[in-house]
Amino acid sequence: MSSRAQYEPVIGLEIHVQLKTRTKMFCGCEVSFGDPPNTHTCPVCLALPGALPVTNGRAVHFGVMIGLALGCDIAERCLFHRKNYFYPDSPKAYQISQYDVPLCRGGQLGDVRIHRVHLEEDAAKLNHLGESGRIHGADRSWVDFNRCGTPLVEIVTEPDIHSAGQARDWLIVLRETLRQLGVSDVDMSQGSLRCDANVSVRPAGTNELGTKTELKNMNSFAFLERGIEAEIERQIDLLRGGDTVVQETLHFDPRSDRLTPLRSKEEAHDYRYFPEPDLVPLVTSEEMLKAARSELPTELPTERAARFERELGLSSARARELVFRPELGEYFERVLAAAEQAGGGDGSPDPVEIANWIPQLVTQIGPDADPAQTKVAPEALAELVAMVKAKTVSRDAAREVLVLLAKEGGNPRELVEREGLGAISAGEDGLSELVDQAIAADPNAAEQVRSGNMRAIGPLVGYVMRETKGRADGGDVTRLIRERLGA
Amino acid sequence: MAGGLAPWAIGTDTGGSIRQPAALCGIVGLKPTYGACSRYGMIAFASSLDQAGPLTRDVTDAALLFAQMAGHDSRDSTSLEHRWQIDRPRAEDLNGVRLGVPAELTGSEGGVDEGVRERFEEALELARRLGASIEPCRLEHAPHALSAYYLIAPAEASANLARYDGVRYGLRVDGTLDLISMYERTRAAGFGDEVKRRIMLGTYALSSGYYEAYYGSAQKVRTRISEDFRDAFDRFDFIVTPTSPWTAFELGSKTADPLAMYLNDFCTVPMSLAGIPAISIPCGLAEGLPVGFQLAGPAFSEGRLLDVAYALEQAIGFDGSAARARREASP
Repeated sequence: MSSRAQYEPVIGLEIHVQLKTRTKMFCGCEVSFGDPPNTHTCPVCLALPGALPVTNGRAVHFGVMIGLALGCDIAERCLFHRKNYFYPDSPKAYQISQYDVPLCRGGQLGDVRIHRVHLEEDAAKLNHLGESGRIHGADRSWVDFNRCGTPLVEIVTEPDIHSAGQARDWLIVLRETLRQLGVSDVDMSQGSLRCDANVSVRPAGTNELGTKTELKNMNSFAFLERGIEAEIERQIDLLRGGDTVVQETLHFDPRSDRLTPLRSKEEAHDYRYFPEPDLVPLVTSEEMLKAARSELPTELPTERAARFERELGLSSARARELVFRPELGEYFERVLAAAEQAGGGDGSPDPVEIANWIPQLVTQIGPDADPAQTKVAPEALAELVAMVKAKTVSRDAAREVLVLLAKEGGNPRELVEREGLGAISAGEDGLSELVDQAIAADPNAAEQVRSGNMRAIGPLVGYVMRETKGRADGGDVTRLIRERLGA
Repeated sequence: MAGGLAPWAIGTDTGGSIRQPAALCGIVGLKPTYGACSRYGMIAFASSLDQAGPLTRDVTDAALLFAQMAGHDSRDSTSLEHRWQIDRPRAEDLNGVRLGVPAELTGSEGGVDEGVRERFEEALELARRLGASIEPCRLEHAPHALSAYYLIAPAEASANLARYDGVRYGLRVDGTLDLISMYERTRAAGFGDEVKRRIMLGTYALSSGYYEAYYGSAQKVRTRISEDFRDAFDRFDFIVTPTSPWTAFELGSKTADPLAMYLNDFCTVPMSLAGIPAISIPCGLAEGLPVGFQLAGPAFSEGRLLDVAYALEQAIGFDGSAARARREASP
């Protein structure tokens, strides 16, 4: 057992989502991105004396939608709290957030349980001039209050994640879910989706949680994966060396993949939460729930993935792949519908087989293209898959047909004919001759096969496939060679 | 106001800052129900207690001014539409009005100066003659009001005053190229001793590990005090007390002893914690200095409260002019 396998990582995520409301969480200023600094401010979001917050009803509506989509319990009555801290990004020196009575509790998305979902406001953006890019050692720091007060939803998961890759995959599903709800731009590079990770490791097979660290500044899916990976490595190295993990907040530097402490323990914050006296408790009425329910999409990504698995027999990995990007799932279903329409050559269409062709299509059309916008008609792909199944075209030849379809569109049957890519069936003379040629060309391999070493058959099959440009069926060729050699 | 320099004024009352100065200066001060007037634009001290209200020469002016101030403001989520019309007060008698006199706040158990007590008793007698019934009542938790107040108010103040940090608003004293030292120098220079004392009290009360013992307990006391008033209002229309335990004191005479200073608010803080309306009207002089009479009613009872205060004001016939005060003060 490798040392890595002796430890089990335990990961929980804290996700901040900027809501796509027209105005800020507690004032009427426009929510913006990239506008000239300090052009969307007012006495409320600048925290001038005498200004008071008023809760944005649309943000609450979005919060309820998110809660419902994640299967949370929506509180009938929840509270805003003040979270006190001094920092130039917070002009009130406290953030209005939620504490022990949040909007939503519980819930689940895929294989990860949701701990809570709450509403809060974003801080201002600091721009530090100087080498460090951080406030310490900056020549000067500027505060841009445009972002200050932007509505945020914080989603906290239970520690149900056990690898960096799982964290990344799960976050992609969450992003897709939020995108389909239409509540956020969910763009990590612009900060409308931000993810911190709580990471600990424990000896495999034990249940107690190890000391966790909090990872920040992982502003892409790749950085999230690399940051968590690096932290798991670091913690395992510490434990193996007999050291202990110190609870701290770490800053991920994507240039070096290194994690540096963000705040020392001495500066550990006591946020002194208390109920925000400027706001009354938030009561979620039946009408609010009804309005939020009515705006939920008919099928969320996890529901769709579950259906693909349950009803179509797709593997969970393939199902996920198709829901990560809804346009792929959409296209897959159109191909499936076309296949059903056509009735299939020799029976019903095979969803698993069709799903397996989607990644190959993506390779042809590029990773960002929507297949529905390309020249490959769903009917064409459905027909191609049916032809492969009916063995009228070999798998290799079908790939070539797919290249042509992506390039020029059209009908696969015609393309096969035009390019002479039709399968060479086992009974054809040409194939038999080629088998003879292959045996003659490599008597050594032939001899080994004869004496029972089936692994040696590879070069012989390869010869035939090369000569037929992949049009022959690999299984047929193998069978013919074995017959000829009496093996 | 007492000097006749302005026709009326608006003040803010957190624990008594409308009613106390009104009492000590011989004018009328109304602290409305919490939420009756918008707080937008008020510099916040303790947000759950702060309330704006009128300071006027008589009850009629207070009613006229309050009628203009009351109502919901879309910029203050804690403000409410006033349910009753505020008319010009006209009551001439107090027939059928039930007044409760809480032993805890009226000096029958000590703590109120003799002169203040005498004027208060005289005003009660006048009320009786106008037809009011007067009976003792209990506000069992009221004596704990000050302790609760001095946890809740400083806690909220510590957050409300945190924005004066030198970054965006107000004074900045530059530090030694370091954020923390800028904060420290700015706040050391900008706040006075009493404010610093309260910020420290409040910060402590909210600190991790102390929250339940201090802020949490104070909120429980606050709830009990509200319940005491609610129970009392089942039997009484209004609760009456002296506004201040003593008359005006010399400038600076209590600054060395903050606790003595805090005791000023002994009779006014319970109503603030309960969020109910209370008015102070002058009820005579003690050793030449004005004494205030406080009436408190259920939430949003300002209309009746002003009516009753008006009838009593007419009966007392206090002359608030500066000339009268000077005459009375010189033997």
